[in-house]
Amino acid sequence: MKSSLEKPKGLSKDKILLIVTGCIVGIAAVLLTIFGNPGNMGFCIACFIRDISGAVKLHNAGVVQYVRPEIIGLVLGAFVISLVKGEFKPRGGSSPMLRFMIAFCVMVGALVFLGCPLRMVLRLAAGDLNALVALVGFACGIAIGCWFLNNGFSLGKAYPQSALEGAALPAINVGLLILAVFGTSLLFYSEKGPGSMHAPIVLALACGLVVGIMAQRSRMCFAGGIRDIILLKDWTLTLGFVAVFVSALVFNLIAGKFKLGFTGQPVAHAQHFWNFIGMVVVGLGSVMLGGCPLRQLILAGEGNSDSGVAVLGFAVGAAFAHNFGLASSAASADSLGGPGINGKVAVFICLAFLLVVAGVKTFAKKEN
Amino acid sequence: MLELDLTGLSCPEPVVKTKRALKENPQGVVSIVDNRAALENVSRFGRAMGYKVNAVEKDGAWRIEITK
Repeated sequence: MKSSLEKPKGLSKDKILLIVTGCIVGIAAVLLTIFGNPGNMGFCIACFIRDISGAVKLHNAGVVQYVRPEIIGLVLGAFVISLVKGEFKPRGGSSPMLRFMIAFCVMVGALVFLGCPLRMVLRLAAGDLNALVALVGFACGIAIGCWFLNNGFSLGKAYPQSALEGAALPAINVGLLILAVFGTSLLFYSEKGPGSMHAPIVLALACGLVVGIMAQRSRMCFAGGIRDIILLKDWTLTLGFVAVFVSALVFNLIAGKFKLGFTGQPVAHAQHFWNFIGMVVVGLGSVMLGGCPLRQLILAGEGNSDSGVAVLGFAVGAAFAHNFGLASSAASADSLGGPGINGKVAVFICLAFLLVVAGVKTFAKKEN
Repeated sequence: MLELDLTGLSCPEPVVKTKRALKENPQGVVSIVDNRAALENVSRFGRAMGYKVNAVEKDGAWRIEITK
């Protein structure tokens, strides 16, 4: 069968799809904060997986425990649309344990900054200049990852797996949804703090589903945008990134939620070096995983069990981050916030680990 | 023409390996990929470099001919 891909005239279909997806993500994110999500946290893959980890008691941080329907929607949206479009392809076996550990490090980096790449863009669109420092760090991390890629970095091939293997992570999300609707007494939900702040379950799930479908179709990836500029001088994926920023910025301005500055920002701190280095880890780790945390959720929905393992790595990383005091605290009237000594040490260990793995998987003699 | 088996590789490895191969074989290469994202990325890159891109699907994989 001949591919339907044709030489694009003007703005190609994939570019339009990315811009539309970005606009939907930006608008949905601000909408979710208006309806109850924490400030500048319409979507945050890292924070939301962390909240789910808390809800099932993998960690005991009482202020960040809630089953976020957005995550469930993202995975199931990607799962359903990939089935419909014939793109549900169970694959796995590309260094799953290394992916687990890389994802663990990405989560630690994200929780030192207090956000995944998507929340970084949303924070920027609300005037939080700390996210600009983080963006520089994220781009540096991606540039380091690109250097390894250009020199032959690979986590190895994935191979076809059974449909059951590919459907495992979506099935876990169905289970979480059933618990969130019918079994909340079994879960641990925050009574105060960010975990207690959430949009109605139906709205959160619907936003997750729509974004999951759109992100699967458009291949939206926040690490991929900067990576493709560096590697290929290709700006296509960056359009999604920019569209999220512009749409969220406009909506924030209309809704009166825009506040420019480093201080007084919701669920954030102004420890510049740690915001920078946390996102270096996220950028490098995301390139090694082949996509940002959002993209890992979408790929897991498409049946990629390596990405499913990465999602579990995020969840366990989040649990460790809170059990061992690695995550930053947000700035408040009494505190500047930022990471404690454990978090500062951990972020450097994570960076060193990523560099060692990247080095070995780039320069060690290939087995195949 | 040089044929690259890029099946099973996650993004952006197929396009990075295609780029490296085109550097050494500027007359063109054939890349075989097995997921749609890789097909789109490799095709887009080939076109951006001024090559003709022709992709044919067979048994869940795509054979992408990138030629002058």
